[in-house]
Amino acid sequence: MTAAEAPSTPSAPSTPTNGNGDGELLLRAEHVTKYFPIRSGVLLQREVARVHAVDDVSLELRAGETLGLVGESGCGKSTLARCLARLHPLTSGSVVFEGQDISTLSRRELRPVRRELQMVFQDPYASLNPRKRVGEILSDPLRIHKRGNRDQVKRRVRELLELVGLSPEHINRYPHEFSGGQRQRIGVARALALHPKLIIADEPVSALDVSIRAQVINLLDDLQDELHLTYIFIAHDLGVVRHVSDRIAVMYLGKIVEVSPAEELYQRPIHPYTEALLSAVPIPDPDLSDRRTQIVLEGDVPSPIVPPSGCRFHPRCRYATKICAQQEPPLAEYGGGHLAACHHPLNLSLPAAPTAAAEPLPAVAGEAGEGEVPAEEAQ
Amino acid sequence: MTGEPLLDVRDLKVSFRTEDGLVKAVDGVSLTLLAGETLGIVGESGSGKSVTMMSVMRLINDPNARFEGEVLYKGHDLMTLNPDQMRAIRGTGISMIFQDPMTSLNPVYRVGSQIAEQIRAHDHVSRQAARDRAIELLAAVGIPQAAERVDNYPHEFSGGMRQRVMIAMAVSCNPDILIADEPTTALDVTIQAQILKLLRKLRNDFGTAVVLITHDMGVVADLADRIAVMYAGRIVEQGTRREVFYDAQHPYTWGLLGSIARLDRPKPRRLAAIPGQPPSLLRLTRGCAFADRCAHRFDRCDEQPPLLDRVGGNHLDACHLEPKQKKELRETTIHPELIGNAE
Repeated sequence: MTAAEAPSTPSAPSTPTNGNGDGELLLRAEHVTKYFPIRSGVLLQREVARVHAVDDVSLELRAGETLGLVGESGCGKSTLARCLARLHPLTSGSVVFEGQDISTLSRRELRPVRRELQMVFQDPYASLNPRKRVGEILSDPLRIHKRGNRDQVKRRVRELLELVGLSPEHINRYPHEFSGGQRQRIGVARALALHPKLIIADEPVSALDVSIRAQVINLLDDLQDELHLTYIFIAHDLGVVRHVSDRIAVMYLGKIVEVSPAEELYQRPIHPYTEALLSAVPIPDPDLSDRRTQIVLEGDVPSPIVPPSGCRFHPRCRYATKICAQQEPPLAEYGGGHLAACHHPLNLSLPAAPTAAAEPLPAVAGEAGEGEVPAEEAQ
Repeated sequence: MTGEPLLDVRDLKVSFRTEDGLVKAVDGVSLTLLAGETLGIVGESGSGKSVTMMSVMRLINDPNARFEGEVLYKGHDLMTLNPDQMRAIRGTGISMIFQDPMTSLNPVYRVGSQIAEQIRAHDHVSRQAARDRAIELLAAVGIPQAAERVDNYPHEFSGGMRQRVMIAMAVSCNPDILIADEPTTALDVTIQAQILKLLRKLRNDFGTAVVLITHDMGVVADLADRIAVMYAGRIVEQGTRREVFYDAQHPYTWGLLGSIARLDRPKPRRLAAIPGQPPSLLRLTRGCAFADRCAHRFDRCDEQPPLLDRVGGNHLDACHLEPKQKKELRETTIHPELIGNAE
């Protein structure tokens, strides 16, 4: 769990990569594919099948932005994040970070990249070593990357604690002495220790209570402003993702099915899966909740071992036709950086959303007219 | 909604002796549940919402636990029943489903036989009849090819389907009350929507009263008739769904409403987080448990505010502030647009 935070092999720092200005391309993933082999047999472990965890995903990330990554469990969002951070080797494809292809680098060559690219994990109970004091947890990355002498390290650790809203007196405590929210703050502090440019946060608030969740989200927000960070923010909570993201990518069964500027995605979802996902979110408002008609997707996500032919969403899609089972739709551009992969795109007649609109979102609030749909047995 | 309550919890107190001292997990909770009604209990981890309902079911066997108060089900005090009498009520009278369907099912038995076991424990029917009923139930909760799936093991089911199996098991003996403890927390949103739809259908078809324990305000807004908000072992606010959402009286409820990143509203620049953390149940002060995190604290908060009807219409809250003051303060606390919907 701690590979990204604390690379285990110490080495002298090499030349840092060039800094990028705001808005410049920071990371580009091209055709990233990750299959996990399923082996069988006692002596000769033959590969009998593959889990198609991430399948031909391309995306770009600009400095200073927050890219939200949403999807259900098993859609490959965490695997994608780990591929981007090179915690997994890729099956194929490339990841270019600050102009350098990191997909083929060796462990040693990766070390300087690790400083720039850090991860925050979901479970603040599992991602901190229970036998280390907070001070050690936070100083490990500094020592491993040889950032300063003892005093400087100590000073930096105190600085980090303050940065994330903890008291420097906490330096000698163990993780179990903290609550979930505080532990997640420690996880954030650890990721920040080496002044990274990009932070990949994998469900950083999912394990936290609502009131604490808001605290951590606000903290991440503040840190981004203060330290000019770029985030990839993975979550299954669409409300949280909307709150933090500039752009959002929706994943389904290893594929990105839609990418859009954040607000636009909620107002004008093009892919039927996005529409259904938005409609499934419960609304904390009794009247709106009563008024809307939900689209309830039938069935479960199919197995990524044998993904459906054509469009992977077609067995559950209420708009599916023959072509959907035969041909995989490409990610097509619909203007304003809004891409979707669907043969029957929705909401095209709606104007592209202005950046900050106050109207209720079509897929969520105003679902009127869309009857509740029974299982669509599309072929 | 009139008539005898089906379930009447009176001043329930549950405490646990621990090495560090006495943990007051539930501190004087009173609740009523009418037939056919859905009561939502919301609160954060450790607020006592699960312990309350586990105590109602008499499922806490910890020798260090102490219970006080009455739990009246159809007039009988469950707290005084012997284990056999209690077992007769579980399943047929009150049944419960839990958050994690994987740990609630036995992994080494086929799902069908687990359901049949419960049926045969309460009804004297043949093996075959119990099995047929299990298949019927699985079909009723939306498991495709129920006749074949009945012989599957729990691991062959997805999370959502396992929760359906749990629900099938819980309703197998037509209980009057179904207690659902975070039934969708472990599930994805699209699956959550399926399960909530199923619960609604069961409620409407069989008139089962439901107690829905959750931390998700969205889920209670969808399903509950009445809502109780719990904090540090006490109920801090209780009212109808609309009262709690549109005319919230307790600052903690305001905080909960404000801290949700919602899809149905324009995005706020910042979320209104509640500062600090819930208090330790070991060291509860005499006063209002929320006082330390409350922006509107004043002198009187050092004494414990009783849960009273301060605004009328059986809308209870435990806050010393005057209703008029609350109305003003609330607007500054939750997003102002929330107030626009009141009335």
